[in-house]
Amino acid sequence: MKDYVKEKETQRKGMKRDAIILAITLIITIALLSIFPDKQEAVITTSWNFFIEMILILPAVMVLMGLFSVFVPKEKVVKYLGKAAGIKAVFLGILMGALPTGPLYVAFPMASALLKKSAKISCIIAFLSAWACIKIPQEMVELQFLGPKFMAARLSLTIISVAIMGILIERLIEWGDKKTNKS
Amino acid sequence: MNTTAIFINVFAFGCLIFAIIKDRAKTKQALTVALKSFFRILPSVLIIIIFIGLLLGSIPQSQISKIVGEQAGFRGVLIVALLGAFLHIPSLISFPLAASLLKSGASVTSVAVFITTLTMIGVVTLPLEIKELGKKMALLRNGISFVIAIIIGIIMGVIL
Repeated sequence: MKDYVKEKETQRKGMKRDAIILAITLIITIALLSIFPDKQEAVITTSWNFFIEMILILPAVMVLMGLFSVFVPKEKVVKYLGKAAGIKAVFLGILMGALPTGPLYVAFPMASALLKKSAKISCIIAFLSAWACIKIPQEMVELQFLGPKFMAARLSLTIISVAIMGILIERLIEWGDKKTNKS
Repeated sequence: MNTTAIFINVFAFGCLIFAIIKDRAKTKQALTVALKSFFRILPSVLIIIIFIGLLLGSIPQSQISKIVGEQAGFRGVLIVALLGAFLHIPSLISFPLAASLLKSGASVTSVAVFITTLTMIGVVTLPLEIKELGKKMALLRNGISFVIAIIIGIIMGVIL
């Protein structure tokens, strides 16, 4: 409960900060546009086009985020991943990282809980990296702005690299532990 | 409205219908979360959109492509990789920013590298990551991610 209140407090602070930055951005933009009136049209048209592209998908993306956050509870993810083993753990880590929503720092305590449960390191790394860069609602935005080819290429390359990185870091850490145990 | 936007909305709507059938109360809760996050992210979205307008509308393409375009070479890629690692902006709004860079003459490689380091690496959140996961794991993850981001970018530059 205490965490919840704290979270609300930081959220309000973040909101206030964003509003202030927005106001400053607006003031600077208006000032710049009145100094350079010949740029006005290009700047306004570009911003307007991007705004339309964004507002067409933003509500849908937010609905997806909301659904994932409620239907995929964090505790379940931790419970599920704690038991996974083998190469399957890596891909399960990627899948579980791609589903829930929230900034990366929300995933750190989950990863730490997994570490304490002695989940596989490859799984934890895969989970964290997938959380960072292959969120499903986020991919929708990538699809809209960068196109299906770019999104598909980056997504598949990222999944492969994240899996390799998970296994590599696991080997490195195990190797390091062995070395310190010997000496 | 373009096809992609229609697809995304249909997809979200489909998920929503599925959720309502599965659990009405939870869906309601999800929609409240959605509404709150919408207003939470809106200021950031507006800021980045204004920034994109200024960037594309006032800086000539030749300038941008000189820094992050094809002719900038590996040094340009390294600059965007570092920029992505240090910047701390929500990944949702990194895509329109990336698209605007691509439109204004940045190479596919540097845009892919930018998105990947921006999302995967967090210099700002590194202290927290070290605290939760230990120095070894956090530094390895961020360091290897940096190399991987550049490899992903180079491969994407070749195939796209």
